[in-house]
Amino acid sequence: MISHPRFYWGETGNDLTPTLFKLPIPASRHLVPTGYGYVLPDQNGWSRYLHFQAAWVVILTGLLYAIFGFLTGHFRKNLLPGNADLSWRALTKAIAGHLRFERPTEAEAWSYNLIQRLAYLFVIFVLFPLVIWTGLAMSPAFVSAFPATVNVLGGQQSARTLHFFVSLALVLFVLVHIGMVWFAGFRSRVWAMITGRVSRPMERI
Amino acid sequence: MSKISRRKLITTGLTAAAGVAGLGVAAGLAQKYGLIPPDHSGIWGLGETLTYASQRLLTRHSLAREFPRSQISKPPFPNEIEPPTEEFKRLQAGRFADWRLSVNGMVARPATFSIDQLKSYPSHSQITMLQCEEGWSYIAEWIGVPLSHVLNVVGVLPQARYVAYFSIEPDTWESIDMADALHPQTFLTYGMNGGELPVAHGGPLRLRLPRQVGYKSVKFITHLTVTDSMKGFGKGLGSAAPEFGYAWYAGI
Repeated sequence: MISHPRFYWGETGNDLTPTLFKLPIPASRHLVPTGYGYVLPDQNGWSRYLHFQAAWVVILTGLLYAIFGFLTGHFRKNLLPGNADLSWRALTKAIAGHLRFERPTEAEAWSYNLIQRLAYLFVIFVLFPLVIWTGLAMSPAFVSAFPATVNVLGGQQSARTLHFFVSLALVLFVLVHIGMVWFAGFRSRVWAMITGRVSRPMERI
Repeated sequence: MSKISRRKLITTGLTAAAGVAGLGVAAGLAQKYGLIPPDHSGIWGLGETLTYASQRLLTRHSLAREFPRSQISKPPFPNEIEPPTEEFKRLQAGRFADWRLSVNGMVARPATFSIDQLKSYPSHSQITMLQCEEGWSYIAEWIGVPLSHVLNVVGVLPQARYVAYFSIEPDTWESIDMADALHPQTFLTYGMNGGELPVAHGGPLRLRLPRQVGYKSVKFITHLTVTDSMKGFGKGLGSAAPEFGYAWYAGI
C-alpha cells in the first residue's frame, strides 16, 4: 500500500492510468506521483512475509473456530439473535441504549447483546470470508486455477481496492472491540476470553 | 485424581508424539513431491512453504488468465530500469545481433542461441497481465518462444528440478521449478504488442512468467542453468530476491 498508495477499479492500473482514489501519503517508490518530495524506505519484503504468515494463521485458526462453532452450537446458541430481538423496535432500542452508554443489567451481561451478536456474525461470516476471497483474487497463481474468483469482482485492481476497504473494516472492528473490552473491565473480560470462565465477579459492569 | 492426571498425561503424550510424527511424515512427503521452496528456512519459512506447497498442488497445470486485444493497456507502464552497463550499450549499438543466451547445467546438449535463432522457433503470443508486487499492473501482448521449447532443444536431464535464469544486469537472477519452467505460458519473450520488445520492458530478451508477480519476469536474459538444487547459487535461497528480503515463490 505504501509502495503504491493509488487505488483503481477494473483489471489494471498504474502511474499512467486514472485512479479511483489516492491516499494522501508519501510512497516508498519515487516513480509514484504523490506530491511529496521524498520517498519512504522500502518495507515490502518482510512485511509481505509477515502478511502471508499471518494469513495462514487466520485461515487455519479460523477454520478450527468455524468447525467447532458449528459442531458445539456456539454460533446458534450464543451468536444467532433470538426471533424476538430481530424486530426494528428491538434493534433501534438496542442501538439507542448503546449510544446513551447504558450499562447492561447483571442478567444481560451474561450473554451477548443484539448489537454484539450482529457485529460478530458480520465479522465472522462476511468480513473474514471477504478479506480471504479478495486477497486470493489478487494472486495470479490462484486465479489461474479459479479465474471466476477475480472475474466476478470486476478485475484484479477491483479486488485490491475491495481488500483495502474490508481490511479497514476489520481494523475498525478490532479497535472498537478492544475499546469495549476496556470499557467492560479489561482484566476480567480478557480472562474470560482466554479461559472460557468467569472466575471473579464481573467488575465495573 | 492421580488416575485422571496419569490418563491425561498418557493421552497428551500420545497426541504430541502423533503430532510430531505427522509433521515428520508431512515434511517427508512435501520434500519428495517438491513442495518445499528453497527459502524455507527462517522465521517466515512456514508461511512460505504452506503458500508454495498449496499453490503448487492447486495450480500445477492451470493457465494464467488471457485477455482480449481490446484490454491491452495503452501505453504499457515501463518500470524504471538500472542505467545500462557498457556491455549492454555495446550490444544495443549492434541492434542486439551479438546478444547470446547460453544454456547449460543438467542438459544433454548445452547450447548458445542468438535472438534470431530464438525467433526461428515457432512463435507464440499471450495477452496477459503483468502485476507488480507493489500493486500496479498492466496488460500486454507478449511474443516469444515457450521456455519449454528451448529446454527440449537442449534436452533436460530427468533429475532436473529448477531452471535458474540470469540477467545481464549484475546480481539479477531468479529461478523457477520445473512445473513453471515447462508451463506453456512461460516464455522467452522478444516481442510486445506486435513489435520488438522495447528495452524499457526488458528487450531484447525477457523471461515472462504470468502466474507470478513482476519481479520474477527478469529483464535482459543472457543465461539459463538447469539444476537439481539451488544450494550452490548465491546464498542458496533460490534467487537474488530472498537475499533482498523478498520471497522466492511469488505466485502470491
